[in-house]
Amino acid sequence: MKQVFSRPQSLSKKPFHYCPGCDHGVVHRLIAEVIDELEIKDRTIGVAPVGCSVFAYDYFDVDFNQAPHGRAPAVATGIKRVRPESIVFTYQGDGDLAAIGTAEIIHSANRGENITVVFINNAIYGMTGGQMAPTTLIGMKTQTSPYGRDASTAGNPIRMSEMIATLESPVYVTRVTVNNPANLMKTKKALYNAFKLQKEGKGFSFVEVVSICPTNWGKKPADSHKWLTENMLPVFKLGTFKDIHGVEKS
Amino acid sequence: MSKWVINENLCKGCGICISRCPLKILAFADHLTAKGVHPAAITDEAKCTSCAICARSCPDVAIEIFKEEK
Ligand SMILES: Cc1ncc(C[n+]2csc(CCOP(=O)(O)OP(=O)(O)O)c2C)c(N)n1
Ligand code: SF4
Ligand code: SF4
Ligand code: SF4
Ligand SMILES: [Mg+2]
Repeated sequence: MKQVFSRPQSLSKKPFHYCPGCDHGVVHRLIAEVIDELEIKDRTIGVAPVGCSVFAYDYFDVDFNQAPHGRAPAVATGIKRVRPESIVFTYQGDGDLAAIGTAEIIHSANRGENITVVFINNAIYGMTGGQMAPTTLIGMKTQTSPYGRDASTAGNPIRMSEMIATLESPVYVTRVTVNNPANLMKTKKALYNAFKLQKEGKGFSFVEVVSICPTNWGKKPADSHKWLTENMLPVFKLGTFKDIHGVEKS
Repeated sequence: MSKWVINENLCKGCGICISRCPLKILAFADHLTAKGVHPAAITDEAKCTSCAICARSCPDVAIEIFKEEK
């Protein structure tokens, strides 16, 4: 018998604390597989956010830092500038990246920092119990929008990938999801492309993963992926918004 | 040796692997684990193609897959 699937080297042995079915675990594993395949484990430095994935530093067997809420791209900028030989990535939720950290993400992208940002958009503040995020869908009920998000008072869902793709400097901006096996493999390819571009010194790469939060959505994991497909994907359309080096075709 | 190996201590009983196996040969076991969940179990291992869709879909990396060598 030959082993065809095993735990990647770049994941630690520590069990995830995430809720049953949460996409954070799948995305962690895909990042670890990509780090293994690109043979960059010894020089990768992650920056964990504030949010459910705050403990990401325990789950990867690579060096890690943890930044105050939303500040991960600023911290990653500093690390990359003083250790340019390292591969630096941030891992951030939508409350972290699209709310409190809007300034940091926009300006890191605009400066074209040679870092990789993995953005987990689950349309909610997961860790703090399900408050409305800038990415929450219109009509979606959360703890702070009990009657559903109303655009007249709370605005419309922010599409971070589209916004970042309008900037000159980023080299790769893509939105993916892990709602089924085929899309999961596309997510791995997108992460591979993003880290490969950084390894080649090409510049800022951004991978948005449209994700589920079964606990705060009040749904079973399998139903959550169905809900994501029917409700989130029409608003957060999958696709690549920027790929100036044509990495997806190479 | 098995093609499909689960670490029941990691399984949270989310059911994602069960819903994604193309051959529908995964189901919840009757027993409870220390976490208090019914873990995923394989019902007909002879049919398993070692495609690893279940393992790749598992958020907790609880499944390992082996393939018979020709
Ligand atoms: C400066 C600051 N403000 C607020 C908080 C409280 N807080 C912790 S996690 C969180 C939201 C995280 O949501 P998100 O980034 O979407 O991550 P998720 O848990 O959904 O993965 C907030 C507001 C904090 N820790 N620090
Ligand atoms: S609260 Fe939501 S995002 Fe956080 S671990 Fe649970 S399911 Fe995942
Ligand atoms: S490896 Fe494929 S066929 Fe075997 S149990 Fe998993 S999903 Fe089903
Ligand atoms: S996907 Fe993983 S955690 Fe969920 S039931 Fe299957 S083995 Fe258990
Ligand atoms: Mg969130």
